[in-house]
Amino acid sequence: MSTRDGAAGRPAAKKTVRVSTVKELADGICELVLTYPERERPENAVPGQFVMIYPGDGSHILGRPISVCGYNPVEGALRLVFRVVGKGTGELAALKPGEEADVLGLLGNGYPMEELRTRKSEGAQIALVGGGIGIPPMLELARQLPGCRAVLGYRTDDLFLMDEFQEYAVTQAATEDGSFGTKGTVLDVLRQGAAPDILCACGPLPMLRALKEYAAENGVTAFLSLEERMACGVGVCLGCVCRTTYKDAHSQVNRARVCTEGPVFRAEDVEL
Amino acid sequence: MKADLSVNIAGVTLKNPVMPASGTFGSGLEYARMMDLSRLGAIVTKGVSNIPWEGNDVPRVTEVPGGMLNAIGLQNPGVDVFIERDLAFLKQVDTRVIVNVCGKSEQDYLDVVERLADEERVDLLEINVSCPNVKEGAIAFGQNPESLFHITQEIRKKAKQPVIMKLTPNVTGIAETARAAEAGGADAISLINTITGMKIDVERQRFVLANRTGGLSGPAIHPVAVRMVYETAQAVRIPIIGMGGIASAEDALEMMLAGASAVAVGAMNFNDPLIMLRIIDGMAAYCERHGIGRISDLTGAVHT
Ligand SMILES: Cc1cc2nc3c(=O)[nH]c(=O)nc-3n(C[C@H](O)[C@H](O)[C@H](O)COP(=O)(O)OP(=O)(O)OC[C@H]3O[C@@H](n4cnc5c(N)ncnc54)[C@H](O)[C@@H]3O)c2cc1C
Ligand SMILES: Cc1cc2nc3c(=O)[nH]c(=O)nc-3n(C[C@H](O)[C@H](O)[C@H](O)COP(=O)(O)O)c2cc1C
Ligand code: FES
Repeated sequence: MSTRDGAAGRPAAKKTVRVSTVKELADGICELVLTYPERERPENAVPGQFVMIYPGDGSHILGRPISVCGYNPVEGALRLVFRVVGKGTGELAALKPGEEADVLGLLGNGYPMEELRTRKSEGAQIALVGGGIGIPPMLELARQLPGCRAVLGYRTDDLFLMDEFQEYAVTQAATEDGSFGTKGTVLDVLRQGAAPDILCACGPLPMLRALKEYAAENGVTAFLSLEERMACGVGVCLGCVCRTTYKDAHSQVNRARVCTEGPVFRAEDVEL
Repeated sequence: MKADLSVNIAGVTLKNPVMPASGTFGSGLEYARMMDLSRLGAIVTKGVSNIPWEGNDVPRVTEVPGGMLNAIGLQNPGVDVFIERDLAFLKQVDTRVIVNVCGKSEQDYLDVVERLADEERVDLLEINVSCPNVKEGAIAFGQNPESLFHITQEIRKKAKQPVIMKLTPNVTGIAETARAAEAGGADAISLINTITGMKIDVERQRFVLANRTGGLSGPAIHPVAVRMVYETAQAVRIPIIGMGGIASAEDALEMMLAGASAVAVGAMNFNDPLIMLRIIDGMAAYCERHGIGRISDLTGAVHT
């Protein structure tokens, strides 16, 4: 699936899903497991894809984009892990098992799995890099692409999902305050050893900028998952664009839609 | 008895009065797998300009209570790609096509209108002289009755399809601008475009949108839109397409009672991509419940 081809992520209609688990994984970090109705289960999730999940309160009209942290196609169980930052995520965190929520998606193009699998089988070293609330989507990638190296950046030793990464990847962590692992950022961890051949990352913009630079300096192929404010999530409103070095598929003005052409882009294709 | 849901806008028959508001539905392509597009009364495209437009910097959208602010800045691929790709796609869809036209100068608008003149798939033109999010042109044409009259006249001379002038609510008297459009030869009027707004992130003490201001749309603006459609209906004889915060069949019917011949749904498509289909079904059910044979009889039927 090409990251430049918007058509791949063209979605089916909104679905009502049932909440099966609500859990606090760390301070302000919430896990939701949602089950799709039997006949409406997505066949598979590409790591890096996301859903729009809608607040039930009618005064909040827009969906909240949240990445797939895990998806089990047999049970139709979608796992989301998010930080509670405002009204929408606050409401999601207050859902109870058995309650319902509306979800659109899976949306967007995830990481280029075919390319990654091929390169990996040829011996390429792959690093999965997650910073803060960019960590959850990397877990599904670690699961579908076992045997990579994972580098996770947290604020403090109030860790989340780290133990699960260890099942699939050689995992290292950095904390901003030095309370666990390397003191500093994911870049400090990466610079301790040889550069990987490929890097897949999700996290805050300053981290992605630093990784883009690091990748260019070290000849690393990098895939970055971007974040932008979204209204529709499906490519019609043009709210969520990023600057690209190529002519985008929709308007041909070097402004690609993060929701449709992304959220995962090749580092050299985007200006951050 | 099934009610006749068809309505007539400037000689063009729509199978029902419901269509998307420009900019909230693309050209329908992205929604084609989700729904049967031929159930819609019409498809209204995103604004099309003579050459590709980059639009504004991000953030371009944000949510506010009961609605959203947008400052997209009319990013679009320009009329040539539009004809080749979007219009080609729309040829396969059995519904009316309304092309929304934008420009920074009078000549920009005329270029697009002329380029579309011989495109048979285009049933109607909607002229956006009311976008609050681009620096030059656009809204300036729509806020001043004289310039609105003039540009309507010029467009009317070149256009082969009926012309809908899309009005801005950001004026003191909507009746006056509506009359100017009618006098200039407009075949229909659509309103309202978004209401200029602003949001400031208090923690960071910064504007939320890169453009600073943005257009407010969604349920929050519905009562303003109903009032303006009503005032416009009192002022002109040409048909009106009413929009602004429509979120239900009831909202759509309210707009018709106020004087609209058809309605458009905007921001709420983002909340539920299938909302227009539910609205069509709800309007049909209302007609049955009230024994209304033709939905067009509801236009302006509010008791005074
Ligand atoms: C593709 C994508 C994937 C994401 N995946 C995750 C994830 O897995 N876990 C997670 O914790 N967060 C994720 N985010 C960020 C998440 O969408 C926001 O934190 C969330 O929308 C905030 O909503 P709110 O109502 O709580 O905040 P409010 O500030 O009340 O939201 C107001 C509006 O701004 C939007 N908004 C606010 N912050 C962001 C942001 N950072 N990015 C995009 N829109 C924002 C909201 O959607 C809403 O429309 C993702 C964002 C994108 C674009
Ligand atoms: C994201 C977005 C993009 C829009 N783009 C256009 C546009 O290109 N041309 C136009 O005439 N109006 C545009 N509008 C205005 C809508 O067509 C409509 O007039 C307005 O949003 C009010 O309807 P609503 O409250 O149902 O959204 C846009 C609105 C939104 C929310
Ligand atoms: S969110 Fe609407 S185009 Fe991406």
